[in-house]
Amino acid sequence: MKQILEGSHAVAEATRLCRPEVIAAYPITPQTHIVEALAQMVADCRLQSEYICVESEFSALSACLGASAAGSRTYSATTSQGLALMFEVCFNVAGMRLPIVMTIANRALSAPLSIWNDQQDSIALRDSGWIQLYAEDNQEALDLHILAYRVCEDHDILLPAFVCFDGFILTHTYEPVDMPTQEEVDAYLPAFNPYQKLDAKDPISFGMYATPDYYLEFRYENQRAMLRTKEAIRKYGALFGEQFGRDYSGLVEGYKLEDAEVAIIAMGSICGTVKDAIDEMRADGKKVGLLKIRCYRPFPDEEIAAALSHIKTVAVLDKNISLGSKGAVALEVKDALYGSSIDVYDYILGLGGRDIRKKDIKAIVDLAEKGSGDMFYGLREELL
Amino acid sequence: MPLNIGCTARPGKSRDNRTGSWRVFYPVFVKDKCTGCGICTLICPEGCIEVKGEKEYVPDLNYCKGCGLCAEECPGDAIMMEKEEK
Amino acid sequence: MGFFLRELRIHGRGGQGSVTAAELIAVAAFQGGVYAQAFPAFGVERRGAPVQAFVRFSDEMIRLRSQVYEPDYIIVQDSTLIADINVFAGMKAGGIAIINTEKTGGYPAPEGVSIITIDATKIALEEIGLPITNTALMGAFAAATGEIEFSALEDALRGRFEGKLADTNIKASQRAYEMIKGGSA
Repeated sequence: MKQILEGSHAVAEATRLCRPEVIAAYPITPQTHIVEALAQMVADCRLQSEYICVESEFSALSACLGASAAGSRTYSATTSQGLALMFEVCFNVAGMRLPIVMTIANRALSAPLSIWNDQQDSIALRDSGWIQLYAEDNQEALDLHILAYRVCEDHDILLPAFVCFDGFILTHTYEPVDMPTQEEVDAYLPAFNPYQKLDAKDPISFGMYATPDYYLEFRYENQRAMLRTKEAIRKYGALFGEQFGRDYSGLVEGYKLEDAEVAIIAMGSICGTVKDAIDEMRADGKKVGLLKIRCYRPFPDEEIAAALSHIKTVAVLDKNISLGSKGAVALEVKDALYGSSIDVYDYILGLGGRDIRKKDIKAIVDLAEKGSGDMFYGLREELL
Repeated sequence: MPLNIGCTARPGKSRDNRTGSWRVFYPVFVKDKCTGCGICTLICPEGCIEVKGEKEYVPDLNYCKGCGLCAEECPGDAIMMEKEEK
Repeated sequence: MGFFLRELRIHGRGGQGSVTAAELIAVAAFQGGVYAQAFPAFGVERRGAPVQAFVRFSDEMIRLRSQVYEPDYIIVQDSTLIADINVFAGMKAGGIAIINTEKTGGYPAPEGVSIITIDATKIALEEIGLPITNTALMGAFAAATGEIEFSALEDALRGRFEGKLADTNIKASQRAYEMIKGGSA
């Protein structure tokens, strides 16, 4: 049913429809409304779930780890400093192959303190072994949670996932979404069938010691599961399309790319503004397109290379900076396009909530066409 | 504002930040009713009520947000909240 | 792009309900069959700090995520903001500015912008008993712009508030709506 509600509440409703048996989370701006709403649902008996109140994000994800290992479908949500505090547990969850789904309400990291949006927080966890999906709007944010559980819990995958959506820009935005019914979600997402679990009658331990004779192979298996995730997303994304009418089989998604000369690559809510800017640029005769990255982990390197084979110039929009190097997305796009004659330029922008307008997108396309890039875009020179 | 390395700040920032414009009501102190207990100075969240003399309390309207806690807590009902002209 | 895209920018201070106003206006517009998008731009998170909230109205899905720089409408919840911020910045010709004030004019609006003043604080104090002016200003917005029906606004308010709080807020909203409709603001 079409309804209008806040992004955070749309995600909370989607989470409810996925029937998590255990939720553990610690409130932090701009994630707060999600976990508030879930706590309310549990209190109102709209959601049959164990909501564990914890004293920190480290505890939140640790509780989820234990609950997932015990065989429960498990959910958490966090952002920024909260995710940073989970760092150690994130690697453990992935190594123990526990299919936890966690919402990241993307926000900048301190210092300086900022409550506003960029994607540095989840990008900083890119090596942790979690699948990372990025939503352009609240419909996609809602849908990706349902998709994420389906993918993660597949016994060929058994990996955790971040569903990332931009703090404030999406979390605090009211806009219409199509909310599936419980019956529809149940038909798509079967009850959690753990591959293995903690059981007093048949005891096992998770995350044991691996000596140098074994560790390398465990990491290799983690990597193989991550690479298999591409196929799982194609399969379950297409199935999602069949059942809900919105297809998520693509790890990337093109917009007016077919005849484009310049391609913009971006992730998250900025893609909407980019699409509007592209329509205006095309009306002025500029052949510009967008390649949206929906799945950042596993990184869609082959998909990007295939989608951009005819493109001359690529402008990558990075809402993050790997300090001392480049934007994290651009780095991997360059790797994906290695050996091609495509010019790839990186633009670090929108950090700490700096607003991005259509005119900024147009200015970036102009810069890329002139061969000017690998820069912070929109710096206030008077401050430097 | 220049960028200070490390995003540092010196004390006194909140003094520059005059919060008084938020008010819808401002407090008026009636000296005759004042018992001199000083509760208003303690309860004020902005800490902007100054003791000028015996039974003489003066709010700094540059910072008073007009929350009315002083008037609410005053045991002698010596503080009236008057509406600001806007 | 669609046939129309109209934008509202609300200027207020933390605690005055600007964000709620934007949300409920979007809810009311959606009920009227319009695609609506509402979102806030927070400054520092504390009471009294200047806050902006935005609403977009269109006949088709809105993809744009930037803030509103060229509004068709503005609502100014607190007229003291006018001294600190150029609330009229970027307003389109033919636009409507709704200002909560005791005064009846004297504001430096750009050419082609009509200014509607309303003493929403007085209405809020009389009807709700608190100087929370957002619901009165929503009523004024409905009357002045026609973007939302009053009945849809009433439903949106009932959806957000309960019992007496809903009644008093609807009363405040209706009073402002009728004042602007009747031209007796």
